[in-house]
Amino acid sequence: MHKPRMQPLASFDIASLQYLDERGQTTQTLPDFATPDSLIAHYRQMSLARMVDGRAVKMQRTGQLGTYPSSLGQEAIGVGVGAAMGEEDVYCPNYRETGALLERGVAIEEIYAIWGGDERGQNFRHAREDLPLSVPIATQILHGAGVAFALKYKNAHLNEPARVAVASGGDGATSRGDFYEAINLAGDWKLPLVVVINNNQWAISLPRSEQTACKTLAQKAIAAGIPGLQVDGNDVIAVRQAVSDAVVLARNGGGPSLIEAVSYRLCDHTTADDASRYQSEETLRAAWSREPLVRLRTYLDGAGLWGDNQEEELQRELTQILEQGVRNYRETPRDAATAMFDHLYATLPEAFLEQYQQLQGGD
Amino acid sequence: MAEITLVQAVTQALAHEMQADPRVIVYGEDVGINGGVFRATEGLQERFGSARVLDTPLAETMIAGIAVGMAVQGLRPVAEFQFMGFIYPALDHILSHAGRFRNRTRGRLSCPIVYRAPYGGGIHAPEHHSESTEALFAHIPGLRLVVPSSPARAYGLLLAAIRDPDPVIFLEPKRIYRAVRQEVPDSGQALPLDCAFVLREGSDITLIAWGAALKETLEAAELLAADGIQAEVIDPATLKPLDIHTIIDSLEKTHCCVVIHEAARFCGLGAEVVAQINEYAFDLLEAPVQRVTGYDTVMPYYQLEAEYLPGVARIVAAVKEVRDYAKGRGL
Repeated sequence: MHKPRMQPLASFDIASLQYLDERGQTTQTLPDFATPDSLIAHYRQMSLARMVDGRAVKMQRTGQLGTYPSSLGQEAIGVGVGAAMGEEDVYCPNYRETGALLERGVAIEEIYAIWGGDERGQNFRHAREDLPLSVPIATQILHGAGVAFALKYKNAHLNEPARVAVASGGDGATSRGDFYEAINLAGDWKLPLVVVINNNQWAISLPRSEQTACKTLAQKAIAAGIPGLQVDGNDVIAVRQAVSDAVVLARNGGGPSLIEAVSYRLCDHTTADDASRYQSEETLRAAWSREPLVRLRTYLDGAGLWGDNQEEELQRELTQILEQGVRNYRETPRDAATAMFDHLYATLPEAFLEQYQQLQGGD
Repeated sequence: MAEITLVQAVTQALAHEMQADPRVIVYGEDVGINGGVFRATEGLQERFGSARVLDTPLAETMIAGIAVGMAVQGLRPVAEFQFMGFIYPALDHILSHAGRFRNRTRGRLSCPIVYRAPYGGGIHAPEHHSESTEALFAHIPGLRLVVPSSPARAYGLLLAAIRDPDPVIFLEPKRIYRAVRQEVPDSGQALPLDCAFVLREGSDITLIAWGAALKETLEAAELLAADGIQAEVIDPATLKPLDIHTIIDSLEKTHCCVVIHEAARFCGLGAEVVAQINEYAFDLLEAPVQRVTGYDTVMPYYQLEAEYLPGVARIVAAVKEVRDYAKGRGL
């Protein structure tokens, strides 16, 4: 049978990055930022994220919160992304990002308010330009491309400083056109956009292996003509280093990047889900052996930087912070019914005045 | 002063606002060197550069989505869709995000976006080019929906839309893009949004129509005048929020009403107009309000589009039916 002769036109590699392995051992020399202080700070923030997250699930179970999407097991990604971004950069989050939100300065009570059914939670007091959490999948990555365009435009034409947009999404997001359209445009227009895919292995019940035939999600960058890298998403050092490199590249005019951070969702999809229907106990047990907090703690212990005393003190401090956040959430009075019109348009059109007054009467 | 067409008035408004405000960014498919498939952006890239007038990859979801990101960062994106029939992939971003950001963030972020699209039938275009599905947008909270029907209103309303702090869907009736010429001074003077325009005064019946359908509606009004029926013709212009007051004021005089639109009838905007008239002005009516609309079908290929679109004869017949009903009641 005739076999046509073909010449290779292009070839690609996908690299992966790790500093701390599953046993908390270093696999290569740590980057400069990995000082004892910063690693302890990351450990603290990851611990806080886990506590805030765990309390959210408990509050949902007792009727104090609505449906909540836990990010148990993904703390290293959120904290790594948040730590790599400049305060002035703009974060465009998906909905499962408690760790990153805390790192960006979003208050605990704001996170609880969002899932407690109060839009005021998205009026971030300390992250004024960050986008609100996106419940639709992958749309925020396109918004991130638009933000990145604006930042680049304002830098080039309105004398504003160079800033970067960072958008996050789950593995399921990479199946959507929005994801591809965003990285395609960002590559084409060389936008300062960093897309971080939080590959937690599950899109509700669909496992990563059935999400796509791609060997990695990072390689989807190749189709958009941009750099793609896979990192160990349970290794906060690797996440921060990879995102930091991508942020620096983007800030210096080098264009967008795609980072796939591989982690595992150690929880149900949301409090309305039961993951035991579709995942085996063995898989879950194996995933727990790779989880990010213990890994960093083991490393810190081994390096003589941490011990039981510090751990106890940290737990005490974080418990106080958490309890204050819970109190703030519980003590926030309900929003006025008219608020649903107050923020619909900049100025309430006359056509809605009658409905507005109806709500005022019902207050 | 030269007279210009509706599409040239769109270009004039875009150019004026780009000159006045460096935050205004115009982008879409083929809007750059080609000046847009209808030439609405002709010359803008030459004048303002490719950093502000941008050709995008062919992806309507993206066109709608990046506008949200640009707008929350303080730019004033004006995004063009080539045809309204191509806007459906973009709906997710328009409905789920652009219309909701202000509310979702309790006023922290807002989306001052203009999504422009030529709409409507009658230009012998292929399938998916001739839809009139404005009701989709009118139903969605947080959006403004604006349809100009003359060069002067296209200019003034587009300026207002770009300056508005909230997202505006700006639908351009492409059948009349070049049907009328008018002197439109480039004054930078916006026309008010949320405000209907009385195009013709009359005492016998109120005709409400928008966009290209006003062409036939005004022609019908002339024919009716020859028969001794004086029709008042109202162009709501902003379809949402709807200025029902101007309509009610008119009904105080005429007591009869016909609503004309080329969109399908079921859940079309005519239904909302009739519902509001019933709520606020039932006692003024001498006859039920009639609708003259497109049919509840798929917009046909162009051989049948004249049958689909509400023509002068259908409008005149509906007016006579309403008037006969009112007379029959002896009012």
